[in-house]
Amino acid sequence: MVNAWTVASMVAVVAGVVGFFTVLRGSAFAAHAIPNGSFAGAAGASLIGVSTLFGLGVFSLGGALTIGLLGRRGRHDVATALALVMMLALGALFLSFSVEYAPEVYSLLFGEVLGISPNDLAPTAILGTLCILAVAVLYRPLMLSSVLPEVGEARGISSFRMEMLFLAVLALATTMTVPVVGTLLIFSLMIGAPAAARSFTDRPLLAMGLSVAVALLIVWIAIAASYETNYPVGFFVGTASAVSYTIGRLWTAVRSRRRAQPSHT
Amino acid sequence: MSHFLSPIFASGFFESEAVHIALAVGALVAIVTGVVGVFTVMRGQSFAGEAFGDLGTTGGAGAYLVGVGTLWGFVIGNLVAAGAMEVIGVQRARGRDLATGIVLGAGIGLAALFLYLYTSEHSTTGATVTILFGSVFAISSATIPLILLLSAVVLAITLTLYRPLLLSSVSAEMASARGIPVRLVGAFHLVALALAAALAAITIGTILSTALLVGPAASALRLTKRPVTALLTAAGIGIAVMWLGIVLAYDSYHWPPVHQGWPVSFFVVTLVFITYLLSGIPEARRRRQTGRNHAASSAAQPATPS
Repeated sequence: MVNAWTVASMVAVVAGVVGFFTVLRGSAFAAHAIPNGSFAGAAGASLIGVSTLFGLGVFSLGGALTIGLLGRRGRHDVATALALVMMLALGALFLSFSVEYAPEVYSLLFGEVLGISPNDLAPTAILGTLCILAVAVLYRPLMLSSVLPEVGEARGISSFRMEMLFLAVLALATTMTVPVVGTLLIFSLMIGAPAAARSFTDRPLLAMGLSVAVALLIVWIAIAASYETNYPVGFFVGTASAVSYTIGRLWTAVRSRRRAQPSHT
Repeated sequence: MSHFLSPIFASGFFESEAVHIALAVGALVAIVTGVVGVFTVMRGQSFAGEAFGDLGTTGGAGAYLVGVGTLWGFVIGNLVAAGAMEVIGVQRARGRDLATGIVLGAGIGLAALFLYLYTSEHSTTGATVTILFGSVFAISSATIPLILLLSAVVLAITLTLYRPLLLSSVSAEMASARGIPVRLVGAFHLVALALAAALAAITIGTILSTALLVGPAASALRLTKRPVTALLTAAGIGIAVMWLGIVLAYDSYHWPPVHQGWPVSFFVVTLVFITYLLSGIPEARRRRQTGRNHAASSAAQPATPS
């Protein structure tokens, strides 16, 4: 229980930070595709007998690069969709080869956060720190290239290179989080929490902090609820993310109405 | 004849009833998804297509739980999701991915709950894999009437709305200037997409259904810019990859390493992916050619002020 709580909190911090840029760049689809597709890596790794983390790393990075390269020419959403289904199809193939792995599909896709062992702590912490460091180093150019790509290009920041680097960070975050919490949890956190945070403030650093706070809150509520009811933690994370997004939307609506009123009178 | 073709078609291929159903349903679904897919790709709604596929998992798991046919679960789940997406605003391009993502996240959460309840009630884990990865060989003849009905509905919606849908997909501004109710047309397309995704899910599994919706259509749109040609090409590519996938999957019963057949869905998706990569070649060649011509013409006229 303490392990689950620690690991899930680390995941929430990374999801809040990386997710902020995901929402800013409108990369929700990539944030869905990379974790979802990388589960094929876990299936493949168990087939040839190497560590799950390695398989996840190879597939999430491979998927990220494929999305970036295919999306350079042609439509970005199509490239993402096709890279995703290709990875999933490989996953289906690997699963059909190894019969004993099938029950684990569920936990990979939907997360088994309460089954986290102390051995998961160290790799999660290391990869999580790497993620945060990468975002910290890339912060300025990534921000500029996300908000004003033309200005970024003019200052010598290649949008394509930034996209590739960002996808690589996304892949890193995926590798760290999927084995412990499943693909669903990370996606919901990366979208729901930052989207809610952005409804409350326009200042980037404040929004990022708020996004981390919302993500932590969602995870803690979800773990407690899952512990109480025995229902899967992913269900609570998905629901809580949607609720936090709804609250953010309502807040925006109320505020814009209040701001509009003085002009009417 | 059959002896001559035996390296391609393993024995019993043309006699098996499962194969007959698979070939027929596969072709029908390929046509429907190809037609809907062209508009989906033009409108940049691949993520919505993918979301419907995944939300089908929720519907499918719910159907298992209450004990009705999986296809009904896909259809109802997707229609509810289409309503939710419409309410929170998928019609605007900006923020659309976000709205889709939120619905998707909540939906998968619900799927996790349904699958958990089902597996803890029946103590089997097979449901997860069956719903997610499906198999065209496992379609029972009892679901065929429903498949026919759904295909007819989807094609009717899309073909009735053909002109306004095409115009509003190419340019929403121009369409609304001509008095087309863009939002209503978009909502109808979303319903058609939801149903088409349900059909794709029953043939190649929920999480792979996007391959049929997006792949053939995107390949067709890279090969031709004319809408009718694109529709026909997409349907043609769809049928080709479905049938080739079925033949290969049938053959693979004799392949290593386990001799129990590779999944059909794997072959279909791989063929879709290869087709998409190949379809980029003519465009790339054209681009290189025009680039070379451009370079040649600018070299021929060095710095003449125009």
